[in-house]
Amino acid sequence: MLGSVDFVLWMLGAFLPAGVVVCACKGRVFFRYFPLNLYMLAAALLTAGRFVIFWKYGFLSLEYRYFYFYSDAILTICLYFALMGLYSHVFQEMGVNRYLRVGAMLLLALTSWFTWQVLVNSSASFISKTRFVVELSQNLYFVGLVLTYLLWGAVMKLRETRTQVIQLVSALGVYFSAFAANYSLHLLSPGHSTVWTYLPQVLAMWLPLAWAYTFAKVPEEARIATARVAATQGHDQ
Amino acid sequence: MIAALIFVIAIAGFLQFFVSYCRSLIAAYERVDLSDQAREVTGISNRHVAGQDFERLLQLVRMCPEPGDDGREIGAVRTYFGLLTIARAAFRKIAPALERRMERERQSCAYFAAVALDRRIAHSRGLMASQLSEH
Repeated sequence: MLGSVDFVLWMLGAFLPAGVVVCACKGRVFFRYFPLNLYMLAAALLTAGRFVIFWKYGFLSLEYRYFYFYSDAILTICLYFALMGLYSHVFQEMGVNRYLRVGAMLLLALTSWFTWQVLVNSSASFISKTRFVVELSQNLYFVGLVLTYLLWGAVMKLRETRTQVIQLVSALGVYFSAFAANYSLHLLSPGHSTVWTYLPQVLAMWLPLAWAYTFAKVPEEARIATARVAATQGHDQ
Repeated sequence: MIAALIFVIAIAGFLQFFVSYCRSLIAAYERVDLSDQAREVTGISNRHVAGQDFERLLQLVRMCPEPGDDGREIGAVRTYFGLLTIARAAFRKIAPALERRMERERQSCAYFAAVALDRRIAHSRGLMASQLSEH
């Protein structure tokens, strides 16, 4: 049974990403940050789709389970492309966009191949498509986390000054790190509790909120000194 | 063991990104000069605002009508200020240089609150002016 808190969180999960797209359209940056908006659009639609499937078939149904895992994989792939979109912004001036695109596709293919190989070599006698999708989603998530850390390193090294790009990347870093911390905490303290049910849903709201703020409030031409935002450097630098 | 390691790395990453995000929010406000009216209300004479004034300034901010567009920024910076206060207390004995850095950062947060107050005062004045013009 869906409680009022679950219902509100579910609705927010669909409306907040849609809000990002609206803010991007209003700020006239929809096509500039197209992969990010595509991810948010997919998040809004798939969350709404999950709700429809849940309503029609129930939480424990096979339909809901399939839809959940497959939509999660699609969202992770979209997030991966959103991250690659941010890479192309950061490396824009170096003119390496073509190499980035090829690299992104190669890394995606490599992650899929690695996932498949791990499953083939595991002790399981039967490998289902769903299991592959779940594992791929998890591995791609980990790759995204590492790539975000590397991207932040590039932002600092290349002295990126565009406030929008800095805020989009740092918000993504907060999101990935929070989920990684949540995941490890869950491993350290397994079991079901209210915290593990609601915490990921609350954490998931951070990214649409932060990106919507950036698109709505930070002008495209806003600039900031890179040294000013580096957490390891002093204020006066 | 691996889970604990992931947790430590994730928390370090989280803090790194969150601090950077908050600094990018504060930096936009640092370029803004306070109006004379805000200086009068807050008792700030120059650009220097003590870190300990943050809460007082935030209370004044809460007393003004919300323009509806700065709530999230204030919330994020407030969390950041809380983290800085904890870190400052932790570093006080063991690393005074770090403690001074935390205090400078807290001062930036306080200046941010002063500018937010200034904006809200301007918003209130705008509201009052429009109401008076209607009557």
